[in-house]
Amino acid sequence: MNFLNIMNHIEKADPEVYGRLDSRRAAMKAFSSFGSKLALSSIPLALGSMFSKAYAGSRGSKETVLEVLNYALTLEYLEAEFYATAVSKGTSLVPAGAAANAIMTIADHEAQHVTFLKAAISGAGGTPVAKPTFDFSGGKGSGTGPFKDAFTNYELFLAVAQTLEDTGVRAYKGRAAELVQGGDVLTAALNIHSVEARHAAHIRSMRKANGFADVKPWITGKESGIGEIVQASYNGEESTSQASVEIVNINGQSISAASASEAFDEPLTKDQVLMIVDPFLVA
Amino acid sequence: MIKKNSTGASDQPVTVNRRKFLTYAGAASGLIVIASACNKDDDMDTGNNKGGIDLGSGDIGILNYAYALEQLEAAFYTQVVMTPYANIDPMEAALLADIRDHEIAHREFFKAALSTKAIQALEVNFSGIDFSSRDSVLETAKAFEDLGVSAYNGAGKLITDPGYLTLAGKIVSVEARHAAFIRDLISNGSFADSSVIDANGLDKSRTPSEVLNIAKAFLKSTINASNLPS
Repeated sequence: MNFLNIMNHIEKADPEVYGRLDSRRAAMKAFSSFGSKLALSSIPLALGSMFSKAYAGSRGSKETVLEVLNYALTLEYLEAEFYATAVSKGTSLVPAGAAANAIMTIADHEAQHVTFLKAAISGAGGTPVAKPTFDFSGGKGSGTGPFKDAFTNYELFLAVAQTLEDTGVRAYKGRAAELVQGGDVLTAALNIHSVEARHAAHIRSMRKANGFADVKPWITGKESGIGEIVQASYNGEESTSQASVEIVNINGQSISAASASEAFDEPLTKDQVLMIVDPFLVA
Repeated sequence: MIKKNSTGASDQPVTVNRRKFLTYAGAASGLIVIASACNKDDDMDTGNNKGGIDLGSGDIGILNYAYALEQLEAAFYTQVVMTPYANIDPMEAALLADIRDHEIAHREFFKAALSTKAIQALEVNFSGIDFSSRDSVLETAKAFEDLGVSAYNGAGKLITDPGYLTLAGKIVSVEARHAAFIRDLISNGSFADSSVIDANGLDKSRTPSEVLNIAKAFLKSTINASNLPS
């Protein structure tokens, strides 16, 4: 961590930091005297105590960060177990070759996300939530929900996979704002988010290539190519307006409503996501 | 109308002054040792031209940075669709046209959102691309899309406004969808292979200076990112 960056980060996290430390000049003087008196290795400790004093009694966003990470972990548990179950079925579910390799790649990533998030949560001083018990039939534990054949019917399996990936992309996006200026934690979340989008694009291409649905790697309007049962995961994606800017035919360019909706993926709130995943959780 | 090419972004002089002050204070007190001993992955001050098109500072600078990248991508796909490569498959042509429209939508969105603070139109240099060759076009597209994903992923932590962060998120996942599609066109199954995804299952993120260092091969215009946050 570069010293100038530290000041940048602190200032961004709290624009009034210099006020808390009397003034920017005073802060610099404090650093200078620390620097001349202490060994270099002690500097981070000195910074820590200096800023914990400055921040005593002010807001702590650590709880928010941990809550968002545990939310992400829960979704990754769901995806990881879904794909692990599929892989365990072997070629009775997913055809050998390119298809099986792709599902294996995705299964590996989801398992890695689980491991990574657990470590990140522990590292930040939190406790990773326990893995829930899942019912991938979407029957809340009955095992007889609408997707009960997801691990015997390849077409249905890919439909559920697409829904989970597209929902995952929207779920991460919906919590990003709460990690604003969150440094490495935010970057890690973004680095997972884009992997989920790559997965979604590939699953969609698989469905198209198999003739299961006429979908593209990106989401057109609010179409799922699946049906009403998953519509909650796609509602809102049809938006053609961003930050009050209309994208259709923007600035005289020929942009259709379909392209305008495809060009921006939309977030889902925590409540929306929890409602979507609720049928997959054993009550 | 704000003068677009002025250096030191008149809207946020504090940042510049503080940086100068810190640099001076550092040199005077020995703190420079700390700064240079630590890693400088985010350091935008090294090797940037002070001339060139100034992206500005703060969130505006980051939005202009995204606008610059979207200009590059939109120009590329516009050319790809205008002069399709030999024996192009109709499905590929249709989806490449989709991508062109997405990138134009992104470009024009930033232009509209930035309004008078938007940088000028960039001049591109595509002399190294053979638009008649599928391989050349798709390899370039893959490079642009992976670069775009890593750029947005790396810029996220530099954004201070939650709304802008969400907007960047709305765009980056579409770039990732593009990247996956283009990669699969080159080699089916490479949508998220180990050349981009690490052992933790994480995509790449790059700093603005890393990204612009790669992008400059495709630009005639020179970009000055020295006022961007780091």
